Amino acid sequence: MTDAAAATTQESETAGASVKRVQGGGAGGVMPVVIGVIVIAVIFQSLNGHFLSTGNLVNLLVQASVFMLIGMGEVFVLLLGEIDLSLGYVAGIGGVVVTELVQVRTGWPWYAAIAAALVVTAAIGFLQGTLITRLRLPSFVVTLAGLLGWQGVMIILLGTGGTIPIPDATINAIANGTMSPLAGWVLAVVIVGAYAYLTFRSDGRRRASGLAAPRLSTTLLKVVGVAVAAALVTLLTNVNRGVGVYTLRGMPYVLPLVFAVLVLWSVVLTRTRFGRYVYAIGGNAEAARRAGISLPWVRTVAFSLAGVTAGVGGIVYASRLRSISTSFDGGTIVLYVVATAVIGGTSLFGGRGHPLHAVLGGVVIAAIVNGMALLGFSAAIQLIATAVVLLASIMVDVIIRQRGSTARA
Amino acid sequence: MSDEQARQPARDAAAEPLLRLEGVVKSFGAVHALRGVDLTAPAGQVTALVGDNGAGKSVTVKVVAGTYLPDKGQLHWEGRPVRLRSPRDSSALGIEVVYQDLALCDNLDVVQNMFLGREVTKRGLLVEDAMESAAMSTLADLRVTTVQSVRLPVAAMSGGQRQSVAVAKAVMWNSKLVILDEPTAALGVAQTHQVLELVRRLAERGLGVIIISHNLTDVFAVADRIAVMRLGRVVSEGPTTATDVQTVVEQMTTGVAA
Repeated sequence: MTDAAAATTQESETAGASVKRVQGGGAGGVMPVVIGVIVIAVIFQSLNGHFLSTGNLVNLLVQASVFMLIGMGEVFVLLLGEIDLSLGYVAGIGGVVVTELVQVRTGWPWYAAIAAALVVTAAIGFLQGTLITRLRLPSFVVTLAGLLGWQGVMIILLGTGGTIPIPDATINAIANGTMSPLAGWVLAVVIVGAYAYLTFRSDGRRRASGLAAPRLSTTLLKVVGVAVAAALVTLLTNVNRGVGVYTLRGMPYVLPLVFAVLVLWSVVLTRTRFGRYVYAIGGNAEAARRAGISLPWVRTVAFSLAGVTAGVGGIVYASRLRSISTSFDGGTIVLYVVATAVIGGTSLFGGRGHPLHAVLGGVVIAAIVNGMALLGFSAAIQLIATAVVLLASIMVDVIIRQRGSTARA
Repeated sequence: MSDEQARQPARDAAAEPLLRLEGVVKSFGAVHALRGVDLTAPAGQVTALVGDNGAGKSVTVKVVAGTYLPDKGQLHWEGRPVRLRSPRDSSALGIEVVYQDLALCDNLDVVQNMFLGREVTKRGLLVEDAMESAAMSTLADLRVTTVQSVRLPVAAMSGGQRQSVAVAKAVMWNSKLVILDEPTAALGVAQTHQVLELVRRLAERGLGVIIISHNLTDVFAVADRIAVMRLGRVVSEGPTTATDVQTVVEQMTTGVAA
């Protein structure tokens, strides 16, 4: 029949989409979440005129960074088709370790304290991952035990004091310090320039090897999109958001930190063998095993990376509050974090997801949390609203799954 | 059909076959799955392995794949005796098994599936372009024209396309013997035809092929040789032209030709 003709027309249609999939590393299909953010912004802004104020938006991004970071850790585990319910309190442990080590009586320098916290959180992830893979225990149960156990450990570490302030200026600056406006612009230009360079170079290489490359207009559109996003964030953070005579402007350090983690984990997941195996195991563990992949090793490393990423999130959390206390609610945080990844487009069933999903979903969750607090909703209403958002995002996930994995690609 | 003794000298006289099983026995506790299997798979030919459920086809394949170590008997690869202790051993020799529907990750695209576990990397990073070119040329060599884009996740593909990709994946790695376990079981008429064409092309390229199938129409359409198994033994083995569907069915059910 006309198979060949159909094939060629199909080729030209799918080439762009498929190339985007390769280079976006499966990050495609982010439009629903962008629309969601706009809808939420419109609703909250109409209810409270302060929601879209510069000060609140920057505050919202800093708030969101905790969810984004722990969420990027959760993506590793969700991609495998597993879940980690302990990440909230693993983050808490990270925050506590840093806080305790930079106290005057312990006197560790800030970098050593951060390194120690990350080693501890990675070790927790490794321990839980080992129990899950070597003893074949369900991740749900092991990490539920983690949720309880690490909360207990956190309370012991905090002692009877309740709240421990952080005396270290560098640690506190992670979430509260800002770059100078000029530095913010320089960073934005460097990032957009690097992105444009890498994208055009990769397209050129594909053309040189005779492979289908995206149209120039598509590539230009992507670069312009990234440039606009970078410019918007920089403009927003460079506006004076201080109150009265007090001036506050510039990009909070935590935003480039989140971006760096996003780039790092995107490269690990989409450009390395390990990352490819994470996707393969989530898609079909038996096929992955038959391909000679060591399932226990990949799974354990993924749980360890989830732990260390949560640790970064915990340090940012402590930095934002300039302290850590027993009121740290890792149980609620981990549910927000799962919702963060799922809202962004990562599947709970494994095999589909990307760290970018956690970043975008983090904006949604933080907008809801921030907006409800702004409107003075009671804790009860906030809990119910979060539950509705979590359920809605999982329903979207299931519907996409039923329509086949191409629906979002 | 000829009996064992009559064929034995002929086999030794000819050039050694790619794979030869000799008296392979495998038991699982009290269950005697294989009771002395003799089987040959020459290069450049399609050997069909047929038999009723429980005849021992799958266990035979797993012995060749290195999944099971036989209790007794010997495997000969290109005339040399070999012991396959793991799937790694068998794939090192060039034996690839395509399992029905277990071979592919739905969420990965064609290139990612074909290179799964054997990715090309440079300084720790995947080299996608080289892998894509190699996958495309393998598909072109095998004249697999139904796969429209190698960057489409296989979940978006038909059963025939998926099976073609699974077969192409198996032949990509300098394999010499490809074993297909029920490759057409879940396929429609046109797609079955596509896959059988592909199987013929593998043999034309000089590969040895063992195909397991319940569908005797497919077997007679594609195979050069037929081996019939019953109760853990090969009861008959010979060229397709020397037998017919009726005879094979009788051998499968009673062990002897009427």
